[in-house]
Amino acid sequence: MELIAVKKLEAWFGVFQALKDINLSIQENEVVALIGPSGCGKSTFVRCLNRLHEEVPGARVAGEVWLDGRNIYAPGVDPVGVRRGVGMVFQKPNPFPGMSIYENVAVGLRLGGVSKRTVLDEKVEQALVRAALWGEVKEILKRPGTSLSGGQQQRLCIARALAVEPPVILMDEPTSALDPISTAKIEELIQELKTKVTVVIVTHNMQQAARVSDKTAFFLLGELVEYGATEEIFTRPAQEATERYITGRFG
Amino acid sequence: METLSWRRRSTNHLMLSLLFLGGVLAAVPFFFISWYVLQKGLGVLSFEFFTQTPVGPGQTGGGMANAIVGSGVMLALASVLGIPWGMAAGIYLSEYGRGKTAAALRFSIDLLTSVPSIVVGIFIYGVVVIHFGFSAYAGAMALAVIMLPIVARSTEEILKLTPQHIREAGLALGLPRWRVILRIVVPGSRAALLTGVMLALARVAGETAPLLFTALGNQFFARSLSEPTASLPVQIYNSAKSGYADMEALAWGGALVLVFFVFIINLLTRWLMGMKWN
Ligand SMILES: Nc1ncnc2c1ncn2[C@@H]1O[C@H](COP(=O)(O)OP(=O)(O)O)[C@@H](O)[C@H]1O
Ligand SMILES: [Mg+2]
Repeated sequence: MELIAVKKLEAWFGVFQALKDINLSIQENEVVALIGPSGCGKSTFVRCLNRLHEEVPGARVAGEVWLDGRNIYAPGVDPVGVRRGVGMVFQKPNPFPGMSIYENVAVGLRLGGVSKRTVLDEKVEQALVRAALWGEVKEILKRPGTSLSGGQQQRLCIARALAVEPPVILMDEPTSALDPISTAKIEELIQELKTKVTVVIVTHNMQQAARVSDKTAFFLLGELVEYGATEEIFTRPAQEATERYITGRFG
Repeated sequence: METLSWRRRSTNHLMLSLLFLGGVLAAVPFFFISWYVLQKGLGVLSFEFFTQTPVGPGQTGGGMANAIVGSGVMLALASVLGIPWGMAAGIYLSEYGRGKTAAALRFSIDLLTSVPSIVVGIFIYGVVVIHFGFSAYAGAMALAVIMLPIVARSTEEILKLTPQHIREAGLALGLPRWRVILRIVVPGSRAALLTGVMLALARVAGETAPLLFTALGNQFFARSLSEPTASLPVQIYNSAKSGYADMEALAWGGALVLVFFVFIINLLTRWLMGMKWN
């Protein structure tokens, strides 16, 4: 089933156009990797999927993004409501400072109106289990989130995003600041998440894209050059630019 | 060549020594004042000093209990007024403060910092005291106005240190911007924010001029907040210029208490800054 449909999406920073006429469709429970040289608009694109792009001063979006049958850019749609249904994990692990591990995961639930301790406890545990972090932190839930290692912090951020059970999770180079072991853990995790959520992941690591994704989109200079099954893209790219990029003869 | 480099090196040594001397000399006033106040004031501090009000001229004994309580009350009241007000301004400047309005606001706050405290006193005298009389309220207002810009600017600077991607993580969770600020950014900086507040408190604790025009002073305990109220700095001032040896001695005791208070606040601040809240 189609979960996300992007139609004629354009994005600007002031007068600079960062995305041009992007059209693509994402099926439910797919992992889609976005690749392309740095500055080509991958981050801008994912930030359009949860209406975060417009928070940058001077930034603007045109076009449509249909999420679960609803155009999130239709007039009158509240961006805050959109964001509750779309989780996001950033490049740099960013647990909330001065907040405990438990509270980092609980904060989104509390916002959604959950206040019963037993329900919170259960959902926090569930999210941490799904983020493959529970075993490491169950004894130290009261410690600050920032006291964890980089890889654990990133999994905490994944748990924070998962807690409210969004159908979509956006990941913007989630492992580029991590060591190989933490990276492997997160890649494994993405495979498990796939059964329940749709993942859009930006990566500059070609092997990672090949390992974790079902579909791959190649961006260049703000345009979507090629989009298709990952296997196809990596073995028989239709476009010469794609081939040059994946074989490393390019940026 | 060799002589030149020798000369260069000795000039270097000379300049370094001079700078070092300057550094050492900068610490001299602090140690000298501390030693002096300690020596003069320590003997005066007694149970009586902390529990009695001043006695009349020429009599012996008495204390500064009313001044200590008065200072405490006015500082607390000034905090209640000045801290939320200053923090609100600081939060606005840091989180929404773009464009011309914010620049103008920032500039006025900076100018307010440089308004001499006696002028703040006269101002409160003109707009409050003339109508309602001398009171702890008026004194606290003057102190709050002095605290306001300090708290506002320190709040702004501290909140700006929170990386943008932390705010974005909050937004991405579906928190409205104001909740991101109040629920994530502000609590995340609480130790540093507390530091700024305490430094503002230390700064106004010793203010004398604005209190002369507003709280005036009182030989006794004030019975309510709308009466003239004693404060440590004003009482130190009055006792010190009284011409009676006993009262002058009390002034040294008061000075020691004041220095000690400010000193403790500074130490606490350091401790807070050094502490790992994260
Ligand atoms: N805040 C910003 N202001 C102006 N231009 C920006 C901003 N962020 C990104 N850009 C520009 O938009 C383009 C796309 O950036 P981005 O989406 O971050 O690329 P990628 O994630 O693929 O590296 C780049 O040319 C970049 O310089
Ligand atoms: Mg990027």
